[in-house]
Amino acid sequence: MAKVDFKVPAVGEYLEIPDLQPGVMAKSAPFKAAPRHQQALGFPGELVENWEERAVAKLAELLSKYRSLRVHLDACVKCGSCADKCQYFLGTGDPKNMPVARQDLLRSIYRRHFTLAGKLFPRLVGARDLDASVLEEWYSYFHQCSQCRRCSVFCPYGIDTAEISMAAREILDEIGVGQKYCNEILGKVHTIGNNLGLPAPALANTLEGLEEDVKEDTGVDVRFPLDVQGAEVLLIPPSADFFAEPHIDGLIGYAKVFHQAGISWTLSSYASEAANFALFIGNYEQMRKVALRIRKAAIDLKVKRIVVGECGHAWRVAYSFWNTLAGPFDFLDPRYPVPQHIIEFTHELIERGAIKLDKEANDHMRVTFHDSCNVARATRMGARPGGQFVLPREVIKASCNHFFDMAPETIGEKTFCCGGGGGLLTDELLELRVKGALPRMQALREVQKEHGVTHMAAICAICKSQFSMVLPYYEFPMETIVSVHQLVSNAIQLGTNS
Amino acid sequence: MPIMTVIYALLLYGAAAVFVLGVSYRVITYARTPAPLKIPTMPAPVTRTGVAFRVAREVALFESLFKSSKWTWIFAVMFHLGLLLEVVRHLRYFIQPIWFWVVLVQPFGVYGGMVMVVGLLGLLGRRLLIARVRYISQPSDYLMLLLLLGIGLSGLAIKFLDHTDIVSLKAFVLGLLYFDWQPLPDSPLLLAHLSMVAALLIVFPFSKLLHAPGVFFSPTRNQVDDARERRHLAPWAAQLEGAGDEV
Ligand code: HEM
Ligand code: SF4
Ligand code: SF4
Ligand code: SF4
Repeated sequence: MAKVDFKVPAVGEYLEIPDLQPGVMAKSAPFKAAPRHQQALGFPGELVENWEERAVAKLAELLSKYRSLRVHLDACVKCGSCADKCQYFLGTGDPKNMPVARQDLLRSIYRRHFTLAGKLFPRLVGARDLDASVLEEWYSYFHQCSQCRRCSVFCPYGIDTAEISMAAREILDEIGVGQKYCNEILGKVHTIGNNLGLPAPALANTLEGLEEDVKEDTGVDVRFPLDVQGAEVLLIPPSADFFAEPHIDGLIGYAKVFHQAGISWTLSSYASEAANFALFIGNYEQMRKVALRIRKAAIDLKVKRIVVGECGHAWRVAYSFWNTLAGPFDFLDPRYPVPQHIIEFTHELIERGAIKLDKEANDHMRVTFHDSCNVARATRMGARPGGQFVLPREVIKASCNHFFDMAPETIGEKTFCCGGGGGLLTDELLELRVKGALPRMQALREVQKEHGVTHMAAICAICKSQFSMVLPYYEFPMETIVSVHQLVSNAIQLGTNS
Repeated sequence: MPIMTVIYALLLYGAAAVFVLGVSYRVITYARTPAPLKIPTMPAPVTRTGVAFRVAREVALFESLFKSSKWTWIFAVMFHLGLLLEVVRHLRYFIQPIWFWVVLVQPFGVYGGMVMVVGLLGLLGRRLLIARVRYISQPSDYLMLLLLLGIGLSGLAIKFLDHTDIVSLKAFVLGLLYFDWQPLPDSPLLLAHLSMVAALLIVFPFSKLLHAPGVFFSPTRNQVDDARERRHLAPWAAQLEGAGDEV
């Protein structure tokens, strides 16, 4: 664990609403994108000269394209219900991390330029002119929002700060002030096909290595097929599944499930990434471009189904947006939803007894489950609303004997973000990430004390990476975080019904 | 015709016109602006009927607010329900003969006014006392509460202290409706009450009071969770299709 120059928040008996500490996080900001990262996406390389005008013009364009933005900027009554709902406010105490205050950073400019009241009486309604200090605030605080939508659950009008921060980031890109982490990665997806920049030969190598590892471990020839034409299923995992811990154990789990179910599958070297960081920068065209790679891979490989691996925001884009961005998927087998989540896939196999699980294999673990907020609040699994909460838990419970939920106000639709979502999973934002994880750490500590929980399962690549990084700051072992399909992988009985 | 009557008649016509045109303009803008992506806050209903119920619960019960903060919810319900009762009660000035259900509501209407004022005081107290809410409050947020309090208190004062001549007030209101002006009763409290109501109507389309129409148009609440089953495509997004796509 690196030495840090900030104080890790104390985990108390219960989660307290902090006193306001104006400005404590004003210095937090991610690295800016270099001109080449910007230009690769068609954005200006650096701050454009007439940036004030361009920003207002972009805001006007977005207002005409997104009803959410227009209604959400108008409707807020400043009731403050959302104020204490954001993990970044709870972890830092910076009032600008209260969702409504974050919205106001943009709303104040909206009012000045697009409302009569703001034009006539700016001070009365909190309208202000766009200047360099506003720009700095935008860059800082719109990169302290993981777009987790927790605030939107509690707002009487469903005002979604994620929509606002996406719009703000889009404006920032438009005037040449992009974020390095997201924009550099998007460039890699467009050219190489995954966030890591892992080229096809390296990917093939990795998969071969995995086949050997699993063979050594289990004695069974579990395949990790790549670019196999005519396979039944195209699997789109987050690329972190290829190398990071505990992600890779999840990938092994998926492979074992396919093997045991006897369903042919393949990965694609052209579209080896479920993540779609264009969501984070709010850019429809970029998001569409990334999604179209997957459509093309599915057509080229002549598969019948598409299944998405464990990744929160990726499942949001896949479940909610793929049909819009890259549909219609009429070339796939109409008997299955497009796309399917790997949890839906495995769940169905468990239900009809197509795979057998030995729960005792996980008896050394006492497990809880972190609802990844993108899955929880922006998607569904299965046929019924709320299936996104039920199905993963059923898969976990089918794989292990000891499962305990965290406190109800911290799971399900009210789940807290891990602190690293929305394009914030970058080292220079460590302080924000550690502090933003506080509410989850608090809930985890409670189930640890009460039920002796040793492990927390998740279905999101970003959550897994984030927790691996921040758990030690709160004195939990890094290995506390596990993949759901890692539990499946441990428990699955290979060769019992083939 | 007394000069006050002319002034108030014109003021109220003007205020009503601003209100109707302003709110219509906003609503039309909301309705015309596309929602290009499916963004309901999940879990969301999977049918249109389900969504209608969801929005109805937000409007009638403030469901999300209830999840969030019980105190705000109590004060908010007191204020809005009180306001609604009062508005219904005021219908008796506008219609002749008075509808049956409006008559039924009359006795509760007064309590509506009181409950509304208590709710408003609660909301104002919250805004002043809780540091988080104070931080996000602009002068206009306080003024809005004060304006509504002013309307409520002056209304109650008319009822309990002043006893304005209701019959000639009704004649005045009906006169406005049928363009056959009648003199406005001469009471300072009534004039204050009417001025503030006119002010409320005028600021409505330019203020946060747009939350009332807004709640029906919020995509996070009014969209059906059917993204996988039905392709959802905004007109501007459809134009991107085909152009330079590799697939
Ligand atoms: C569809 C109808 C309406 C719905 C669903 C609705 C709902 C709400 C909700 C949930 C709140 C937040 C809680 C609170 O702060 O009270 C609120 C606040 C407010 N509403 Fe409404 N409302 C409606 C109509 C109106 C109307 C017609 C007015 C006034 C003429 C009004 C005035 C206000 C004011 C002033 C606030 C802010 C209170 C404060 O400052 O704390 N609302 N409304
Ligand atoms: S979307 Fe999440 S991170 Fe952003 S303001 Fe709302 S609660 Fe906070
Ligand atoms: S809960 Fe909604 S209306 Fe209330 S302050 Fe937050 S964003 Fe505004
Ligand atoms: S990283 Fe996980 S918890 Fe955080 S926003 Fe993404 S899905 Fe949600």
